[in-house]
Amino acid sequence: MSTSTDNWEQVQATAKQVLGDNVVKFIESCRAEPNPESQLIAVLHKVQAEYGYLAEAHLDAVAQLMQIPAAKVAGVASFYHYYRLEPRGRFLINICMGTACYVKGADRVAQKLMDELGIRFGETTTDGVFTLEGTRCIGTCGLAPVMMIDDKVHAEVTPDQVPVILEKYLDQVRRAGSETSGRT
Amino acid sequence: MAKKTISLTIDEKPVSVKEGTTIMEAAESLGITIPRLCYHPDLSLAGSCRVCIVEVEGMGFFMASCSVAVWEGMVVRTNSPEIRQARRDIVELLLDNHSKDCQTCERDGHCELQNLAYSMGVRRRLFEGKRKEFPVDESSYSVVRNPEKCVLCGRCVRVCAEIQGVNNLSQHGRGFNTVVGPAHLADMDDSVCIQCGQCINVCPTAALLEKSNTDDVWKALADPELHVVVQTAPSIRAAIGEGFGMEPGTPATGQMITALRLLGFDAVFDTDYGADLTIVEEAHEFLTRLDDGGPLPMITSCSPGWISFMEKFYPALIPHASTCKSPMSMLSTLAKTYYAKKKGIDPSKIYVVAVMPCVAKKYEANRKEHMMADGRPYTDAVLTTRELIWMIKCYGIHFVNLDDGEFDAPLGLASGAGDIFGTTGGVMEATLRAASELVTGKPADRLEFTEVRAVEGLRETYVAIGDRSIHLGVANGLQNAKVLLDKVVEGSEKFEVIEVMACPGGCIGGGGQPYPPEELKVLDPELLAKRAKALYTIDSGKKLRKSYENPAIQELYDEFLGSPGSEKAHKLLHTKYEARLPRGVR
Repeated sequence: MSTSTDNWEQVQATAKQVLGDNVVKFIESCRAEPNPESQLIAVLHKVQAEYGYLAEAHLDAVAQLMQIPAAKVAGVASFYHYYRLEPRGRFLINICMGTACYVKGADRVAQKLMDELGIRFGETTTDGVFTLEGTRCIGTCGLAPVMMIDDKVHAEVTPDQVPVILEKYLDQVRRAGSETSGRT
Repeated sequence: MAKKTISLTIDEKPVSVKEGTTIMEAAESLGITIPRLCYHPDLSLAGSCRVCIVEVEGMGFFMASCSVAVWEGMVVRTNSPEIRQARRDIVELLLDNHSKDCQTCERDGHCELQNLAYSMGVRRRLFEGKRKEFPVDESSYSVVRNPEKCVLCGRCVRVCAEIQGVNNLSQHGRGFNTVVGPAHLADMDDSVCIQCGQCINVCPTAALLEKSNTDDVWKALADPELHVVVQTAPSIRAAIGEGFGMEPGTPATGQMITALRLLGFDAVFDTDYGADLTIVEEAHEFLTRLDDGGPLPMITSCSPGWISFMEKFYPALIPHASTCKSPMSMLSTLAKTYYAKKKGIDPSKIYVVAVMPCVAKKYEANRKEHMMADGRPYTDAVLTTRELIWMIKCYGIHFVNLDDGEFDAPLGLASGAGDIFGTTGGVMEATLRAASELVTGKPADRLEFTEVRAVEGLRETYVAIGDRSIHLGVANGLQNAKVLLDKVVEGSEKFEVIEVMACPGGCIGGGGQPYPPEELKVLDPELLAKRAKALYTIDSGKKLRKSYENPAIQELYDEFLGSPGSEKAHKLLHTKYEARLPRGVR
C-alpha cells in the first residue's frame, strides 16, 4: 500500500483528529499486514465501537489513511446492515420483533415505545438520549417479549412497563448532569 | 504452456475452443451473440445482470455465459424456449423498475435496454410494482447523473475505476435501495469526478448523460445581436459521420462545415488552428524548460480530464504541466480579442461555441481561469459531437449529401499537425515536428513520428532531436497514465516530455463522441483505430503539415502577439492550475 502521497503528513494529522489515537493505531497495525485493504470491515467496526456510528468524516479519514477510494469505503459502509451512518443516542433500544416475541405482543410494546419517545424505528430522540431499533431473534425466546437497552436485557416486557423502564434511564442521564448530547 | 483445446456443443453444433474461453466467447465463434447488459470485454466481470444466461445440460440452473468457462463435453443451449422466457423475464423485471419515458429520453434509439427489450420480445409490461425514486444530480458542468434510469449494471463503476483509475463511483446501500454515485452520494461537482465522461460512454441507458447546452446555442443562433462563431475539435470530423450512418473512419470535414453554416453560424473556425498555436507556444515552453533546467518532464495540458485528475490526484505534478491553454481555449480567447479587433466587432457581441468530443471541455470552459475581465467565459457554450449530430438532425439537414465547405479565415487555417491532436500520440508528434526544427535550425528530416502513433494505453520511447536524445512517454486512459506519473513522482525515471490524454485512444475516444453502431462495442479498439486513421489521412493529404509553417499563425504573431512566449502570449494563451478538493486516492 502506497504511502507516497505528497500530502501524507496532512492525511495523518487529519485522521488522528477525526478518528482518535485508538483507531489510528489500529489502522496502522492493519497496514503493517499483507493486503491491508481486506481489513476495511474490521476497521469500520473499530470506528463504530468507538463513536457509535460512522460519520462521513470518519469514512473519509479511513479512506485517506488506508488509501482506499472513498467511494469504495462509503459503499461498504452503506451495504452492511450493521453499520450505522447516523449518530445514535446515549442508549440504544433494540426491541425483538422475532416470531416468539411478536406473538407474545412485541408489536404493542414497540408501539408504546414509539408513542412515548415520539420516534419511529431507526430514529433518535431529539434530546439524543434514545435510539430505537427493531431487531430479529436475540436467542432468548423463553423471556419473550424481549427488549435490550444497550447490553441489558429486559424480559417479558408489557406496554405498561415501558414508561417505567425509560424513566430509569432518563434518571441516569439527569444524575449524570445535563450532558445529553449523545455519543457523538 | 499451450492451452488445451476444449470441445463442446452449442445449440447442437460442435465447437472447439481454447481452455479458459467463456461460453459467451465460444458462442461468438459460431456467430451467435448472446444478449448481454453488464458485460464489457475491456472491464472486469460483474455477472450481475443475468441477461446472458444459457442452459447447460445437467446443471439444473441457468448459467451466466459471460463468466463461465467451457468444459469438455459441455452441452449448451442458448435459445431454448425456457431460456428465452427467463431472459425476457429478467429484462421485464429491469424495465419494471425503470422510467417509462422512452419517447422523451435522450437515449431513445441508442439505448441498450431498449434494444434488449425489443430483441427479447418484450411487448408489454407485466410487472407493475414500486419504482425507485432518486433525485437527478445536475451539479456538474459535464455529467448528469439520473439514478432512476440506472439498471445497476456497474459498467460506470468499473470504467471509472479500471480504465480511469478515478474510483469516483460506487454502489451504495443494498437491495431495492441500491444506488450508484460518488462517496456519500455527494454532488458530482463535489466529488473526485474528473469530468471525462467515460461513464456516459459505457452506460447502457440514460442514467449518465452529458449536461446539454443545445438550448443555449439555439438561443444564441436566433439572436440577431450576436455574432455566433463555432470551432470544431480535430476528432469531430473523424466521428461525426457515424451519427448519419456513414462508415466509421470516414472523414467528414467538408459536410460538417456546410452543416454548421446551414445551422446559422456566422463563422466556422477550426480548433486545429488553436492546436497549431498550442504547438508553437508549447514547443517554445518545452525548449525554454530544456535550456533552463525544468521543471521536466513537461506534461501536455490539452486534455481537461487529465488536468482535473492532476489537480485532484497528483497536485505535486502541477509545476510539470504545460501552462499552455488547450487549443479550444486558445481559439476562443483569440476569437474575442484578435478576431474581434480585426473584424471591428464588440467582443461582448461575439458568442463562441466549441464542438468537442469531450464533456470535460464543458467544465474547462467554465473554469475561472478562462473568464474574461467582465466575468463572462471566453467559450460561451460547448457542444459534444453527439449534441451537434442531434442539432443537425433536428434542423432537418441531410448531412451525407452536403457539399464540402471550407473553414473561415483566419482562425480556420490549420496544418496537419493540428488534425492529429485528436488521437493519442498526436500532440507529441506535432511537438516533435516543431521542436526538431527549432533545436537544429534546419528543416526536420522527417515529418512522421510513427513511434508515437497507435499507442495502446502506454508507450515510452526515445527520439533524437538534434544531438539530444529525448525520453518521452505517451499515455491514454488515466489508469495507464498513472504508471508514467508515478515514475515522475517517485523520480525513478527521467522523462523530458509526457503526453497524457484522459480518454482511451485520445480525443477520438472522448466522453462526448457518438455512441457506437450496434455491432461495435463502446471503446472498441477497432472503432478508435478507424477514427485515428481518418485523422492521419487528413494530415498526410495536406501540404501544410507543420504548425510553425501555418501562415495564419505567423500572421497572428506578426500582427498581434509578437513572438512565441511573449508577455501578451502569456497573458492570453497561458493558464494556471491548483490543487483541488476532495483529494482522490490514487
